[in-house]
Amino acid sequence: MRLIVESLACRRSGRRIFSGLSFALGAGEALMVTGRNGAGKSSLLALLSGRLKPDAGTIRVEGVGEATLPECLHVVGHRDGLKGALTAQENLDFARDLLGQPTAGPREALEALGLAHALRLPVTYLSAGQRRRVALARLLVCRRPLWLLDEPTAALDTASQGVLAGLMAKHRAQGGLVVAATHQSLGLEDARELRIAPPSPDAALAESDPWA
Amino acid sequence: MIRTLSALVRRDLMLAARVGGSGSLSLVFFLMIVALVPFALGPDLNLLSRIGPAILWLSAVLATLIGLDRLFQADEEDGSLDLMTASAAPLELVVLAKVLAHWITTGLPLALAAPLFGLLVALTPTAMGATALTLLIGTPALTFIGAVGAALTASIRRGGLILAIVVLPLMIPTLIFGVSAAESALSSTVPFTTPLAILAGLSLIAAVVGTLAAAAALRWGE
Repeated sequence: MRLIVESLACRRSGRRIFSGLSFALGAGEALMVTGRNGAGKSSLLALLSGRLKPDAGTIRVEGVGEATLPECLHVVGHRDGLKGALTAQENLDFARDLLGQPTAGPREALEALGLAHALRLPVTYLSAGQRRRVALARLLVCRRPLWLLDEPTAALDTASQGVLAGLMAKHRAQGGLVVAATHQSLGLEDARELRIAPPSPDAALAESDPWA
Repeated sequence: MIRTLSALVRRDLMLAARVGGSGSLSLVFFLMIVALVPFALGPDLNLLSRIGPAILWLSAVLATLIGLDRLFQADEEDGSLDLMTASAAPLELVVLAKVLAHWITTGLPLALAAPLFGLLVALTPTAMGATALTLLIGTPALTFIGAVGAALTASIRRGGLILAIVVLPLMIPTLIFGVSAAESALSSTVPFTTPLAILAGLSLIAAVVGTLAAAAALRWGE
């Protein structure tokens, strides 16, 4: 698939976060979204996942048939979408049924992340890093071409960061796309970088002045 | 589609069973209100059995509100709702599945427990049966109407009170026809089936309008 973003602008609660963002991402490519805290990295991912509506600009996908963009992507972010009362297996089974196109089973997915022993444990018993690994295991239980990762290495130990880098490399080798908001290098080889610059103060002033 | 629907219903039922959630709580609340009324009115059995169906219905309406505020809020907070919007199934189907699961854990137990609680307000066996049947047919309307309020207040912290204020007025028609159906089973002025059919109609309308409106509210809130 191919993801094309043209002059995207984001506004939240009336404040312009960023504007004029353009990039195109083809099969096997990765994009690292960087920028200071509050620059709009998570907002960009939320726009791509369809959770926010763009203020201006367009987001298009090509080469996926009739599927819409939200049906082509996995999101792993700060809110991990895991239910603490359910076991890791039940959480992953639910994601499999919900998202469709199942590939690996929950056991294999957790094994790939070195967490097979947590299969039957309620997620609420897991540590922050283990929880994040269960959320990442969701990437493996269904096949979706675009991965949107928001700070995927947060709370992960070095070994798990290596595992994640391997998973992303494998996903890209199979023609997948990765968009990751991050402050660290994720081990993404020849990934492109998109730096979200803060809006210039003049523009911000002009924007906030209703009489201008 | 069916797979998604059943996965959602199964998950919500499993969560309700495991967290010991609002289902049992609203049943206890129902029992509390019904038990309080005879204390307030005094031991006048004729009066109690005359207003019994109304008391049961009023208690059921209030008990439906328990736990309704968490219907979408819990999923909104932990990001499960984002997962659900990424599904190929439309959001309306997700809402329908969640409301169905919620009704099975809260509305259905209320209707099934109504004959038992009817003993507390000295209902005759006919009235018990009639009230239980009207609750069985009418509580889906309450849950679907409540779902719209739950969707509107999903992203508001402590939205439970606002939820009650928003949805209670909308539940009035269901209350009117629920009580009048239960009472018409006792008197012979109106045939039982007339208000019952209207009640069933209200439930069906609420199922369609509630599902669409709740999904729209969730989309708008994002």
